[in-house]
Amino acid sequence: MTEEIIIAGFGGQGVLSMGKILAYSGIMQDKEVSWMPSYGPEMRGGTANVTVIISDERISSPILEVFDTAIILNQQSMDKFEKTVKPGGVLLYDPNGISRHPERKDINIYKIEGAKLAAEMGNLKIFNMVVLGAFLAIKPIVNLENVMKGLKKSLPERYHKLLPLNEDAIRLGMKNVITVQEV
Amino acid sequence: MGELRLMKGNEALAEAAIRAGVDGYFGYPITPQSEVIEYLTAEKPYERTGMVVLQAESEVASINMLYGAGATGKKVMTSSSSPGISLMQEGISYIAGAEIPVVLVNVVRGGPGLGDIQPSQSDYFQTTKGGGHGDYRLIALAPSSVQEMSDFVPLAFELAFKYRNPAIIISDGAIGQMMEKVELFEQMPRLTDEEIREKYRWATNGKLKDGTRRVITSLDLDPHKLEEHNLKLQAKYREIEEKEVRYEMLQCEDAEYIIVAYGLSARISQKAIQLLREKGHKVGLLRPITIWPFPKKQIDELVKKGVKGFLSVEMSAGQMVEDVKLAVNGRVKVEHFGRLGGVIHSPEEVVAAMENKIIGG
Repeated sequence: MTEEIIIAGFGGQGVLSMGKILAYSGIMQDKEVSWMPSYGPEMRGGTANVTVIISDERISSPILEVFDTAIILNQQSMDKFEKTVKPGGVLLYDPNGISRHPERKDINIYKIEGAKLAAEMGNLKIFNMVVLGAFLAIKPIVNLENVMKGLKKSLPERYHKLLPLNEDAIRLGMKNVITVQEV
Repeated sequence: MGELRLMKGNEALAEAAIRAGVDGYFGYPITPQSEVIEYLTAEKPYERTGMVVLQAESEVASINMLYGAGATGKKVMTSSSSPGISLMQEGISYIAGAEIPVVLVNVVRGGPGLGDIQPSQSDYFQTTKGGGHGDYRLIALAPSSVQEMSDFVPLAFELAFKYRNPAIIISDGAIGQMMEKVELFEQMPRLTDEEIREKYRWATNGKLKDGTRRVITSLDLDPHKLEEHNLKLQAKYREIEEKEVRYEMLQCEDAEYIIVAYGLSARISQKAIQLLREKGHKVGLLRPITIWPFPKKQIDELVKKGVKGFLSVEMSAGQMVEDVKLAVNGRVKVEHFGRLGGVIHSPEEVVAAMENKIIGG
């Protein structure tokens, strides 16, 4: 199993930390992982994206042009990354702030109302965990127990009291993913 | 099994420095390697092992701190990125001339000049062919994963002390910034002053009991003596070339074509090879782990085995390709492919270069 994922959105949406938690979860499940952020001037006030690879084998290139899954959280990222999903791959997006919905016919498309659900939970910061939950419902490449272990490893101890809230957010995302199109 | 962590390459290197029993780190921040000194400062290694971490006032100061501290037989290192390493070249030449075992780290970014902060491999010439003045060599290790960013720190020190020669870890912005799983090695002890005096008879850390003086210098105004010193250095370099070449070969057994690539380019090329093999092309990877000493013999053997062409893939305008050409010596085709200025080539671009320049070319 090798899963090549791009997560893309605005800086501040928790894109990089979602990727980090996913990568840590992979380690907890005995997988090889890589986390490669876009860094440099393009991050300032603009888009942020990270390539996460989780695999049973040694990972070759941490930098990719096409992906098994794209998790897309804003319009710029939709414009940039919809075309990079491999045929038969997965595109997961949050429709909040999206003006042009995905148009490809050869990929599986799912929606998660991440921003809305997080707002309903009363904490916008856990938006990224709702989205992560949705991804794990579509592609259960790591189990929830290992995600929680990964989360614990990647959060500083002073935030450990927030672990149950994060778990609730992940579960909420798992339950609320909407299938738009399956091929 | 050691402790497993998800770490950035720069952080793994910094943690490895503490665990390798390093006595002193002297550095000056520069993107994309500032996490090294940030991590070292936050970890308070002085409390963990007694290791000194000092932010110098400039790169010129750091390298001269290394020169002085290294001469006492202590394990010392610095890290920087391309423009900072350029500033250090005078000191590096002095250190090589005076045969002081220090470890340098270059997390390479796009150049020339201030360039940018994106990953690059355009410091190959500087690393392997001099940089500073005079006939000297650096033992140059090129990690291609976060794990190797950790593992190569104790290895670089081992080689530096074995040959009394500066060693350099040459990485790039991507390997420095990306996170991967790392298995950390156990804490190694720092040597006491007494142990250093016993182990390194050259170290200038006090007069010996028999009154013998130990002198470290790179200056000798008598040309005959300086020639003798140079011949001694050259003999050492030949020994290193003989014994310390490190490389990795992947899928070379049946390969008709070879990609030669180090560091990040080797990782990208591995993916390219997978794609090329899916298309029916028998391509293998030769990854120099030491870019000096360079795996010349291995290339020679591949040519003798019937390899029809080599593609050197590096994020530069074509630097390592010169060493590949020297090893191939005109017998088969050698071409270069690489993006410049901090742009990273994709596996698909490497596939196209192999098809157009070597297989179909």
